[in-house]
Amino acid sequence: MKFTLSWLKTHLDTNLTAAQLAEKVTAIGLELESLTNPAETLAPFKVVHVVEAKPHPDADRLRVCLVDTGKEKVQVVCGAPNARTGMKGVFAPAGVTVPGTGLLLKAGQIRGQASNGMLVSMREMGLGDDHTGIIDMPEDAPVGVPFATLLGLDDPLFDVAITPNRADCLGIRGIARDLAAAGAGTLKPWTAPKVNGKYESPIKVDLSALEAGACPAFVGRHFKGVKNGPSPKWLQDRLTSIGLRPISILVDITNFFTFDLNRPLHVFDAKKVKGQIALKPAKGGEQFAALDNKTYTMAGGETLICDDSGVISLAGVMGGAGTGCEFDTTEVYLETALFDPIRTAMTGRHHQILSDARYRFERGLDPAFVLDGMEAASKMILDLCGGEASAPVIAGAIPDTTRSYTLRSTRVATLGGLEVAPARQKQILENLGFKVAAKGSDFDVIPPPWRADVVGEADLVEEVCRIVGYDEIPAVTLPRDGAMPPLAWTPAQRRVRDAKRILAGLGLNEAVTFSFMRKDQAIHFAPRKAELEVANPISADLDYMRPSIVPNLASASARNAARGYADNALFEVGPIFDGIGEKDQRIVASIVRTGDASPRHWAGGARKVDAFDAKADALDLLKGLGLSIENVAVAREAPAWFHPGRSGALKLGPKTVLGWFGELHPNVIKALDLEAPVVAAEIFLDAIPAPKAKGGRQRPPLKLSAFQPLERDFAFVVDANVAADAILRSAKSADKTLIQAASVFDVYQGKGVPEGKKSVAIAVRLQPQDRTLTEQDLDAVAQKIVAAVAKATGASLRS
Amino acid sequence: MTDLAALETELAARIDAAQNLEALEALRVETLGKKGRVTELMKTLGTIAPEERKARGAAFNVLKDAIAAKLDARKAALEGSALDARLAQETVDVTLPPRAREEGRIHPISQTIDELVAIFGEMGFAVAEGPDIESDDYNFTRLNIPPEHPARQAHDTFYLAGKPGESHVVLRTHTSPVQVRSMLGQKPPIRVIAPGRTYRSDSDATHSPNFHQIEGLIVDKSTHMGHLKGCLVDFVRAFFEIPDLRYRFRPSYFPFTEPSAEMDIACTRGNGELKLGVGDDWLEILGCGMVNPKVLSMCGIDPEEYQGFAFGMGIERVAMLKYGIPDLRTFYEADMRWLRHYGFAPADVPTLAGGLAR
Repeated sequence: MKFTLSWLKTHLDTNLTAAQLAEKVTAIGLELESLTNPAETLAPFKVVHVVEAKPHPDADRLRVCLVDTGKEKVQVVCGAPNARTGMKGVFAPAGVTVPGTGLLLKAGQIRGQASNGMLVSMREMGLGDDHTGIIDMPEDAPVGVPFATLLGLDDPLFDVAITPNRADCLGIRGIARDLAAAGAGTLKPWTAPKVNGKYESPIKVDLSALEAGACPAFVGRHFKGVKNGPSPKWLQDRLTSIGLRPISILVDITNFFTFDLNRPLHVFDAKKVKGQIALKPAKGGEQFAALDNKTYTMAGGETLICDDSGVISLAGVMGGAGTGCEFDTTEVYLETALFDPIRTAMTGRHHQILSDARYRFERGLDPAFVLDGMEAASKMILDLCGGEASAPVIAGAIPDTTRSYTLRSTRVATLGGLEVAPARQKQILENLGFKVAAKGSDFDVIPPPWRADVVGEADLVEEVCRIVGYDEIPAVTLPRDGAMPPLAWTPAQRRVRDAKRILAGLGLNEAVTFSFMRKDQAIHFAPRKAELEVANPISADLDYMRPSIVPNLASASARNAARGYADNALFEVGPIFDGIGEKDQRIVASIVRTGDASPRHWAGGARKVDAFDAKADALDLLKGLGLSIENVAVAREAPAWFHPGRSGALKLGPKTVLGWFGELHPNVIKALDLEAPVVAAEIFLDAIPAPKAKGGRQRPPLKLSAFQPLERDFAFVVDANVAADAILRSAKSADKTLIQAASVFDVYQGKGVPEGKKSVAIAVRLQPQDRTLTEQDLDAVAQKIVAAVAKATGASLRS
Repeated sequence: MTDLAALETELAARIDAAQNLEALEALRVETLGKKGRVTELMKTLGTIAPEERKARGAAFNVLKDAIAAKLDARKAALEGSALDARLAQETVDVTLPPRAREEGRIHPISQTIDELVAIFGEMGFAVAEGPDIESDDYNFTRLNIPPEHPARQAHDTFYLAGKPGESHVVLRTHTSPVQVRSMLGQKPPIRVIAPGRTYRSDSDATHSPNFHQIEGLIVDKSTHMGHLKGCLVDFVRAFFEIPDLRYRFRPSYFPFTEPSAEMDIACTRGNGELKLGVGDDWLEILGCGMVNPKVLSMCGIDPEEYQGFAFGMGIERVAMLKYGIPDLRTFYEADMRWLRHYGFAPADVPTLAGGLAR
C-alpha cells in the first residue's frame, strides 16, 4: 500500500516529519517497506537556460545547444524536436544516471560535436510516458534549481505492508486514523456530501438469483449529461504519485476512492448496458471479455453482473470491456457494492486476476460506508464531469455488523503484560472509532463497522497494546517450575540426536536432503503408492514423498563425484514415508559410501568400499546407541534394491528388522546414473527397543576372573555356502561358561581345499572361571567345539 | 700376588677388546665358567697352606668380582651400542602422512536444533513432534485459518493425493500443527518446542520448498506478553551470544495468535557484511503472539481459564545469520565441500555449561 505524505496530510493534521511518521507506522503494526522521496533521487536534475540551439552541422534532426546551468555554460547535442533557443529545460550533467533508462551519462562526441550531458524528457526522469520532447519548464523557472521541487515532487512516498486483518488500512484515511490514535496528529473530519437525485434511474438491479451473502448490497446510480476526458492535474498527480496511470476522469475517480477511502467502485458506460442489471451465480461455461482484454470462461459459482446481453462484470474482481467508460461516455452507471469476500477470493484466484478491487473485497469492506462512499463519488463525478444524477438504486440491504465485547480493564496487564490506566484504554479505543461504555471496572466495547477483524477481548487488548507501543511492554524472564528444568528430549528423540553424532564420529558427513524426490527413481526403492504423490510439485524432480533416503544420498554422491570428489561418506537421519498415515512416517538413519574406503597410501591398504563398510557403519551405530550386538542376527533378507548376494538384513529376533546394509543392485546403480561401487545401510531408529527405564543407573557388579584367558584356533572345512556366523554361533554354544568369544580370522578357498568347500579359521577365547585349565580340560573343550560346529554345519576339522 | 694382578690386567684388556656379545660370552666362559681360569684358580685353594688360605681366598674373590663387574659393564656397553645400531636402522620418515582416519561433520541444521533445544530446554521447554504429512484440520482450521482465509493462500501449500483444494492431506506448511497436537494431547501447563521439517511451494535464494522451523508454545494460567518478550529476548541473546543485543517487537498478524508480534534484532549492513546486535537497521527474526482464544477452544482448552504464547522461527534463517551462511539452497545439496566447511565436529555438542559453539 503506497501513499505520499501530502496525500496522508489531506486526512491527518501532523507536524511529524516523514521519517517520524515512518517509525510510527511500523510501531503500530503497519510495517514500513520503504520511504523514498522522488525529489531526492531527482536532485541532480536542474533547470537550465538554453542560450542557443543551432542545427547540428552533420545531422538534420540534432541540435547543438549551449545551456547555462547557472554556474557554467555547457554544450549538449539534443535530438528533441522542441529544443529551441531561449527555452528553460532540465539538464542531466555527465556522471549521473538517468532514472528512466538506467544509463550512466558520459561526456562525448555526437557526430563530431561535443556533448556534455543531456536535456531530458519526463519519461527519462521516470515520470510517466511523455517522450514527445524534452521537459519544457515555465519561462520564469529559476536556473540551477532542481526541477522536481518546482514540479511539486518533493513529496515522500511511503510503502507499507498491510497485514490481512487490517483491511481498513487499505485506504489512506484508515492509516491516518491509526496514526492519529497513536498520537501522530489529528484526524481531519470527513462528512459525506448528499447528492440529490434528479430523476429515477432507468437501470434497476435484481439480486434475487443470488444466494444470501453473495452480494448483501448493491447500490447503483445513473448519471447523464456527463463529459468525460482527461482528469484535472491534481487528480492525475495524486494517482501518478503512487504509481497509478491516469486514464480518464470517471476511471480515475474510481481509483481515487479505492486508495483514498478504501471504497472500490465501478463505472459502466450506461449507454452500453442493455436493459436491466441482474446479479447471478455463474453456471459455468459463460464467457466474459474483461477490461484487461482477456476473455475468461466461468468455472461456476462466480458472482456475475449481467445485463440483457450477458456478463458485463465479474463482481468485485474486474469490469467488462464492452461496458467500459471512454472519453466519449456521456451516461454513467456507478456501482457501489458489497461482495462476499470468500467468493471474490475464489473467483480472483481461479481466474488469476489480481486487481485492487479484488484485494479489498476479499479482505472485507466497511459495510456502513457504502452509501457515504457512493454519495461522495457521485459528487466528484458531478463536480468534474458535470451532468446530473439519478436517485440511487439500492438493492439488498446494508448488513448491520454491530456487536459488543467486554474488555476487562485488568486484561491489558494480565494478557498484554502492559499497565495502562483504564481511562487511557478507553481513549485509545475511542480514537480508533470504537464505542466504549464503562461497566464497573470493565468496558463494553462496540467495534467500528470497518473493523471486522475485532472479534473478542484479545483483539481489544492488542489494539491498546499496539497503540501504546510494544516497546512499552516490560520484558519478564520466564519463571520456571523447580530449580532444574525437566528433560527436553524424550529417550527416542535423544536417540535421533545421538545417532547423528555417532555416525559423524565414524567419518560420515551429515546431509539434509528434501523429503520429496523423483517418482521414477523412488519406484526402484518401494512400490509406487498414489497417495505419496505430490499433487502440485514445485518441479518434476520433487514429485513423490521419499520411501528411502538412500537415493537422495546416492544422487548427492554422484553430484560430488562430478565435481571431483569421488570418495563420499554421507549419512542423513530423517523421515521416510510408506503412506500418508501418521504411523507410515518412520525415522531412519541412512548411510551411503562410494569410491575408495581407504585411498592410496604409502603404507598400502588402498581399497574400494564394500558391503562390510556399510555393515560396520550399521553395527557401530547400533552399538553406539546401546544395543547389544550379540543379539543381532544377519539374514539374507535385504530389499531388492540391494545386490542379492552382497547384502543383509539386521534382525532382532524373528520379527524385528533393525535395518539392512549392502552393495546397491547394479540395476539401481544404472537407473540412478551412479558409479559403482555404492554401498548403503539403513537403520530404523524407531525399531530399536527402548532402553529399559527401570533398574536405575547402577551397573551390575564387575566380575573379574583371577585366571589367565587363553585362545585356541580351529580351521574348519565346510560347504562353500555355510555362513560364517553359523560356525561362530555353534562354536560359542559348545561351552557357554568357558567360551568368552569367537572370531573368524581367515576364510580360504582354493588349492588344498576341495572344490565347493571353503576353509574357515576361527579363534576361540576361553576364560577359566575357577581354576587354571589342564591339558585334559583344553582337549575336552576343543572336542566339544569341533563336535558342535560339525553338528551345526557339517564341518570337519582341516587337517 | 703379582700373578693375580697380571691375570686381572690381561683379562680386563681382553674384555675391553671384545667387539660383540658372542665374544664377550666366550670370555665369560673362559674365565668364570665351570672350567674357567678364575674358577680353576679358586679350586686350588684347597691345596694352599691353611695359614695362607684366608688371605689367598680373599684375593681370589676380589679378582672374581672384579672380572664379573668388568664383564657386566662391557655387556651393558655392547648392548647399548647394538640397540643404537638397531634404532638407527629402524628410522622412518616421520614427515610421511599417517593412515587416514576420517571424522565426519554434523549439518548446521542439526547443530542449530541442538543449540535451540539447549537454550529452550533450560527454560523448561520439552521437545514435541508431529508428522510431516498433516491434515488440513491441524495445519489450518484449528489454527484459526478456515478454508478460503487469505492466509491459507499465502502458505503455498503442497497437497498429496488429489487436486489442490479437494484434498485434506497437506505437507505441513509450518510446525504450528504440533501446537494443536500438544494441546489436544496434554493438559496445561504446557511448555513445548517443536523443531521440524516444513514445506512450501516456493523456491529462490531465500525460499526452499522443504525447510525447517521451530515452534514454541506455552499454555498456563498466567503467562502474558511480557513473558513472551522476556523469553525471546533471553533466547536471542543466548543464541547469538550477544548479551546486549538490541531488539524490538512490532505488532503483526497471525491468525493463530492475538495479540501478534514480529521480533526484529538490530543489525548493521555495509561492505557486504552483516553485523548483528548493533546499528540502526532491523532484521526480522521470528513471529509470535499470545495464543488466540479461538485456537485454545478448538484445541480443547478453556480460554477463560488458560492463556499462553506461541512463536515460530526459521531454523535455516537463524543458522545463516549466526554462522554467516549466504545461500539457503546450499543447505540441501549435500555438497561435500560445503558440509566440510560449514559442518560441525561430532564432539562439538552445544551445552549451556560449556558453550553453544567452540
